[in-house]
Parts: sequence; structure tokens; C-alpha cells
Amino acid sequence: MHSHSKEEIKLPENGSADDSTVLRYRSDNELMAELIDFLRKRRMRLCNIWMRKIARENLMSSMTPDEIKKECAAIYENYLATLETGSIQALEFYAQELSARILPLGVGTQEVIAIVLLLRDVMARSLFSHYGKCPQLMKHVLDIYEPAANRIALTVASGFLNEHERIIGEQRRSILELSTPLLPVRNRLVILPIIGVLDSQRVRKLCEQLLTGIKTHRAKVVVADMTGVAEIDAVAANYLNHTIAAARLIGAEIVLTGMTPEVAEPFILLGTDLSSLTMFEDLQSAIDKADELLGRTVVYADESAHRQEDL
Amino acid sequence: MMPIPILKKEQCLVATIEATISDQELLALRDQLVKEVGEEHSAGVILDVTDLDVLDSFSVRILRDMANAIRLCGANTVIVGIQPDVALTMVQQGLKLEGIHTAMDLEDGLAYFDGRNKTAL
Repeated sequence: MHSHSKEEIKLPENGSADDSTVLRYRSDNELMAELIDFLRKRRMRLCNIWMRKIARENLMSSMTPDEIKKECAAIYENYLATLETGSIQALEFYAQELSARILPLGVGTQEVIAIVLLLRDVMARSLFSHYGKCPQLMKHVLDIYEPAANRIALTVASGFLNEHERIIGEQRRSILELSTPLLPVRNRLVILPIIGVLDSQRVRKLCEQLLTGIKTHRAKVVVADMTGVAEIDAVAANYLNHTIAAARLIGAEIVLTGMTPEVAEPFILLGTDLSSLTMFEDLQSAIDKADELLGRTVVYADESAHRQEDL
Repeated sequence: MMPIPILKKEQCLVATIEATISDQELLALRDQLVKEVGEEHSAGVILDVTDLDVLDSFSVRILRDMANAIRLCGANTVIVGIQPDVALTMVQQGLKLEGIHTAMDLEDGLAYFDGRNKTAL
């Protein structure tokens, strides 16, 4: 797989394998030890080749060259250590720590995996040019190098995916917690600003909190402001309809406001009975309607004076 | 079978339904309320269901029948105190209280009739 390569890895001739070395190796462990020794001695050279490749592929572009150099050296060391000990625990820990550090910098998981795979190939080519003259020995080298290298790549990849999942889970939890603040505005009037994506899981929680919140605030009118809703699916829209009907049974009216066309669409597709909903285009008119439902009229001191003059 | 007490507050009749009510008792309450509305010329009936943790299709049908009969006698029905989870279950089962006003508690129920009296005057 490396024969078509134009990449030149120059190795000192005295390091090449000959027939006598084939006979010397019997166990995998001995050969692995030599491979590690070989890769460690050529650390500077291989690191440079690797970093050139990284630069050519335009990977980790959000990091400075110095940072990349430092990170590469650390990855190289960890890579060798894992090959040496065969234990992936240290690497798992390093991958986790690395992902927590560089994911916020905007480095994608695929970039990191690409980098690890590049290192695997750089090392394999170096081994190939060193041992390639003797096919038998080369086969043995690949037999022990490839599984170890693949395990490393897998470990790093899954470490990054785990970190991704952890971040997503954390964000989901905090969204659920923050999602339904009920804001009392006036006596028996509360505002419910809904922000973000309304999926079926979140809408269930929201509905639960809203209905119990109506009870605790003794709210008669709830103004639900949907301005911040980016997206709503059919299940969530249906559930929201149920919530509105349930609120009415409890004795509270829900006034909707800030519907965007995208958000309105699932309601239309569901065949929602629009006459059962009270909707306004902006928060101001919704609150005016809420006041009307509560039997209040807002009179502004100076405005009433103007009106007197008009009359 | 204990008859459910029906209280009188100004122009309204107030009945509290307890969690242990049986179907027979509910039917008896319906008959009794309709009869009293006719006799007392009440303006309205308030049914307090705060205690109920479930409203099944049978009870909902009886409540609707009752409200319709009371309307024929010239009065209105308000159901107060439906619990949030009861309300949600009702909606999910497609049970509706069409034409019946609902309010949060007894206070709101009484206020509903007060408001109606004021607008009538």
C-alpha cells in the first residue's frame, strides 16, 4: 500500500535490515521493542514529515504553528508509549484531556482523527523503507504494528466522540433546566418565553412545568412568547396544543405570540383548530389582550390627558 | 350512599365532588342539582373537583349532560379545581368539556358569576 508513494523518507543505510536480522527475531515483543526504539530515534525527522503533511492538508488551522508543534510532540510521545506498554489507559486519559482542551478551539473530531491516521502512515512508511527489503520481516513488522496502531486510532476517535457526547449531554441538561422560566408580570398574568428548539422531550417538560406553574402562580392568563423558538416538530406542536387545552380546563388562558412561519407550519400540517387559539403577532398586543381577559384597562396618565384635549 | 351536600351562596349552588364518589352518587348528584336549579331559580352551579385525581369518560359525559340540563333551566355551570395532570390526561384521551366554563378555584368560579351579574345589570 506504500509502494506508489512519492514521499521520500531517507534513512541511513546502516540501519537497513538484512537477512541476519530476520533470524534474530523470534518473539513479537522483541521486534516491537526494536520498532519502538527505531521510531524513537527518528522522532525529530518523523515529526517534521508529519507536521508538513498536517500543514499540507490544512488541518488544525485554528491553532498556531507553535501549538501544533507542541501538540504533535505530545501525541508522538503518547503514541510510542502506548505501542510500548500496550496499555491504552494512559492514551485514553490523554485523548480525553486533549479533546476537552482543543474542541473549544474549534478543532473538529475528524481533524484529530485525520492527524492520528497521518502519524500512523508516516510511521508505517518509515518502517517500510527500513524493513521493506526483506518481505518476510516486513510482514512480521506489519503484523505487530498495524493492530497496535489501529487500536490507538480507535482509542483517540472514541475519546473524542465521548467528549462530544458529554458536551451535548451537559448542554441538553442545562437547556432543560433553564427552558421554562415563568415570569409573573402582574397579578394573575405570567409570561413564558420559549427559546430554542422544541422537541418532544423538551415540550413534555415544558408542559409539566407550565401547568404546575399556573397553579402555583394562580395565573389566569399565560402569554407564551415563541419569538425565540427556532424549530418545532409535529409531536411537540401537538403536545403544545394539548397543553393549551389542558390549561383551559385548569382555568387559565394561554395567549401565543411571536409565531414565525417556520414554527406555524407544523401546527397547520396537524390541522390544528386555529379558532381555539389566541394569537398575536407581538408581545405588546398579547399583553394588551391579557389585560382585557383579566378585565383590566391600562390608562396612561399623560395619554388620558391628551385624549381629554382631543375630545 | 351518602347524598352530596349542595351549598347555596347567593345566587349560586356549590357542590364539592370527593375523590371517592361512585358512578351512582354522581348520577344522583346530577339529578339533585338539576332539580334544585329549577326550584331555587339559581343563576349558576359551581362544581368543585379539586379532590378528583381522575376524570374518566363516564364522569365527563355525566358532567356534560348535567351542564346541558342546567342550561335548559336557565343557569350556567362552572367546573373548578381541575388538577394539571387530570387536565392533561383528559386532553390526551380526547375528553372535552364543551360549553362548560372552567375556573381555577372556588373564588374564580364565584367571581365568574359576579362578573356576569355586573354585565347583566
